[in-house]
Amino acid sequence: MLREGQTRIPSGCAISGVISKSGRRMSGDAIIKSISVMHDRSNGLGGGFAAYGIYPEYKNYYALHIFYDSTLAKKECEVFLEEHFDIINLSKIPTRKIKEITDEPLIWRYFVTPLHTKLVSSQLDEREFTAKCVFHVNTQIKGAYVFSSGKNMGVFKAVGFPEDVGRFYKLEEYEGWCFTAHGRYPTNTPGWWAGSHPFALLDYSVVHNGEISSYDANRRAIEMYGYKCTLLTDTEVITYIVDYLHRKKGLTLNEVASVIAAPFWKTIENMNPEERDTHEYLRMVFSSQLINGPFSILIGFEGGVMALNDRLKLRSMVVGEKDDRVYIASEEAAIRIIEPNLEKVWAPKGGQPVIVCLDGGDA
Amino acid sequence: MKRVYVNEKWCLGCHLCEYQCAFAGTNGKDMARSLKNIKINPKIKIEEKDGVSFAVSCRHCHEPLCVKGCITGAFSVSGGVITIDHNRCVSCYTCILSCPYGAISPSDDGAVQKCELCVKTIKGTPACVEGCPNGAIVFEERG
Amino acid sequence: MAVNFLYPDYEVARNYDRCISCRACERQCANKVHEYIEDLNKMVCDDAKCVDCHRCVSLCPTRALKIIESGNTYKKNLNWTGKTINELYRQASSGGVLLSSMGNPEDYPVYFDKILINASQVTNPSIDPLREPMETKVFLGTKPEDIERDEKGRIINNLPPQISLSMPVMFSAMSYGSISYNAHESLARAAEKLGILYNTGEGGLHEDFYRYGKNTIVQVASGRFGVHPEYLNSGVAIEIKMGQGAKPGIGGHLPGAKISVDVSRTRMIPEGSDAISPAPHHDIYSIEDLRQLVFSLKEATDYKKPVIVKIAAVHNVAAIASGIARSGADIIAIDGFRGGTGAAPTRMRDHVGIPIELALAGVDKRLRDEGIRGNVSLVVGGSIRSSADIVKAVALGADCVYIATAALLALGCHLCRSCQGGKCNWGIATQVPELVKRLNPEIGYKRLVNLMTAWQHEIKEMMGGMGINSIESLRGNRLMLRGVGLNEKELEILGIKHAGE
Repeated sequence: MLREGQTRIPSGCAISGVISKSGRRMSGDAIIKSISVMHDRSNGLGGGFAAYGIYPEYKNYYALHIFYDSTLAKKECEVFLEEHFDIINLSKIPTRKIKEITDEPLIWRYFVTPLHTKLVSSQLDEREFTAKCVFHVNTQIKGAYVFSSGKNMGVFKAVGFPEDVGRFYKLEEYEGWCFTAHGRYPTNTPGWWAGSHPFALLDYSVVHNGEISSYDANRRAIEMYGYKCTLLTDTEVITYIVDYLHRKKGLTLNEVASVIAAPFWKTIENMNPEERDTHEYLRMVFSSQLINGPFSILIGFEGGVMALNDRLKLRSMVVGEKDDRVYIASEEAAIRIIEPNLEKVWAPKGGQPVIVCLDGGDA
Repeated sequence: MKRVYVNEKWCLGCHLCEYQCAFAGTNGKDMARSLKNIKINPKIKIEEKDGVSFAVSCRHCHEPLCVKGCITGAFSVSGGVITIDHNRCVSCYTCILSCPYGAISPSDDGAVQKCELCVKTIKGTPACVEGCPNGAIVFEERG
Repeated sequence: MAVNFLYPDYEVARNYDRCISCRACERQCANKVHEYIEDLNKMVCDDAKCVDCHRCVSLCPTRALKIIESGNTYKKNLNWTGKTINELYRQASSGGVLLSSMGNPEDYPVYFDKILINASQVTNPSIDPLREPMETKVFLGTKPEDIERDEKGRIINNLPPQISLSMPVMFSAMSYGSISYNAHESLARAAEKLGILYNTGEGGLHEDFYRYGKNTIVQVASGRFGVHPEYLNSGVAIEIKMGQGAKPGIGGHLPGAKISVDVSRTRMIPEGSDAISPAPHHDIYSIEDLRQLVFSLKEATDYKKPVIVKIAAVHNVAAIASGIARSGADIIAIDGFRGGTGAAPTRMRDHVGIPIELALAGVDKRLRDEGIRGNVSLVVGGSIRSSADIVKAVALGADCVYIATAALLALGCHLCRSCQGGKCNWGIATQVPELVKRLNPEIGYKRLVNLMTAWQHEIKEMMGGMGINSIESLRGNRLMLRGVGLNEKELEILGIKHAGE
């Protein structure tokens, strides 16, 4: 059977996320509990979490989480990393043996910063340099796969039900100000851990429920700008689009939302002139980044999280609020299980972004 | 009221309107059967000279001289449409002489004939209009 | 009398039981095939003059006529076919180059017919265009590299000029001269009504049609007929015609007989003189020269009009397109080897160029590989026959398609491929006043609007089936396509998988 990346595998899914706007850190317990409520929305073939604010002691270093198929791949990859980065710390990512999770690869974590000389000679900024190195590992080093590469954040994913994946990674031992989670229902047996979600590049992480019909249009367009889609998943291409629009093109997250879930032309026509000009401009310039077909996504970034539905709202997504916390999930039950006394519960409209930033932050 | 108008700019001189007219008058189902080996005597006629052609048929005048001149009262106006009662016509041809458009002619049954906008046919609407391949004959309301 | 080697290709089959001798066939045939014999009250015909245009068939009120192949055969020979032999006889008798018109009719693969379109099932929902918005609006033009903002952080509109279309279709270039005034009027009015564009072709723009400027592409070809500042500024885009799919590598020749008073005024050439477009533009012998013309035209129009460069699909079309994408052009139009023409040497039409599907796939991929696909929009033509062809072309990577033959069919053309004779019985490819008047633009434009409206509905249905509600999400979306009966190489070039994969 073809591995993920060699073939494209559509999936249905569950997503959940929680953020503390004041930046108060919470343990990974709650998010496991939340996603486990939606057990039936996944089928045991993929689950994972993104956690923000979990590495405060290394917050200035890129935390690379890497899967290795073999020690040989690890050796080759480490040679490459040493050539390009100063490695401050490296270790195996702690896991616990449970019967539900099997066939695990080698899972390592590196805290790194680009080597000054390499960075200067590359004429790239630090993030672009790091992203390029991530692409190099993922496309050139056989058996090595960087699945998390942001600062003060980390992705934890595996093949299995999400609640088992959480226990496997001892997620309850981490404390962060934002967690997102994903349970996957692929229509095929990928059997490769990298194919699970979240998908992440630098600080951006995406969990996604849906199957986008614009996939190949999006993929072929984004690959023009130096991205390489190795997994052929929606989540991967969405992450790259967000990275491209937000980091490289400097769009605000609101603008990113109006590119990927653009308002209909009819809606744009009825906007006030200034708004209309902006939306027209964004649709015309970034027409290839419009994402079509059903999706609900949670995009984690450096200072918060954005939730977004496709413009027809073909996937469920609910937002709940209580004190400084905002909860977002595919189903309301997944929120109620961890916060029964919500102050506000609502379903965002199709294409209407919900952007939650850390206090004082900006999207 | 709606009348038949002709735009010579689009008239191709194909004479199909004449055949459609003749066919409509037969109330037949199949033109080939109705008109085979028949010399047609249509109520609309193509006039052509020097590359210009157009169809001529009754204009259904507001002040129709034919109605005024008819000695037997065979002509009548109903809702603007001028029709002929064949039973009353005595073939004196006063109408033919008085029509400024030459739109009235002797019919094959002894009376005179003219376009009656197909009101007496099965179709009920002008066959020449529907049968014109180039939109040169129209049936419309004009001021 | 010399021996006539040629037996007529067609026979007029007249059903005398149905013929009422109305003589419509006789009056409508510019080739004088039909004749009425008064004594016999009977229609007769000379089959040898028949070009199979079906004007008589369509106008016969009793359906007494049809045209059939004459069926005369030479001794069976799969190498020396009847067609080959006839063409040889014709040349042996005339000593001339064989002329043909409309698109290549030969038996080459039609890749569009070997590509199938996807639809949603279960894992994502199809969308019903009758219930949900379905967008087919397209913009053509260069997209800016970078976002610029003013001091307040608002995005500055730094978009170069764009063309806006209600659907991804335009009427491609057909000059006034090669087609009639009424055909042009039909196209212009339909384009206006539909919110799309038509193209003047290389024959200039008749003064009556300046009022359709918002829906006009003005063409500049090697003959530069009818080109002047007012002309260049009259449309919304300028097209430089480098080549044409029906006759790559050669120019054009409109015989003096077609240069009527009006055509001569519009083209700015003497009445009755032959209008000859040279094979190359004599100021463009290389890509850097093209760049100069692109910018000359932009200077002349104050950088307000996107410039289209139209080329024929030839073997190294991808490399050529890549050069054009860096030449300052905003849009590249590629014309496949099945594209139509008012007249072309038969051998050129039937043996030069490549299929548009392969050219498109190759160009789109090349421009993406080089990261310059955003520099230009891609328009493809050369036998787009239906809405399905459009969906497939867009999914292969086109922004928009050009149609011409399909538009002429809507106007009455029956593809008799005799345009070069100038006696088009349908009033399209002719300048003879009594033939031209057979195409009433009032009828013609409505038929074009009908056709495009129908296609738009079908495009929306197919998009909805795929779960796509905006045409830009279909553009280059090759996963939505599968090949049937194609070999590995063809699939590789088209960038699609085989059905079942």
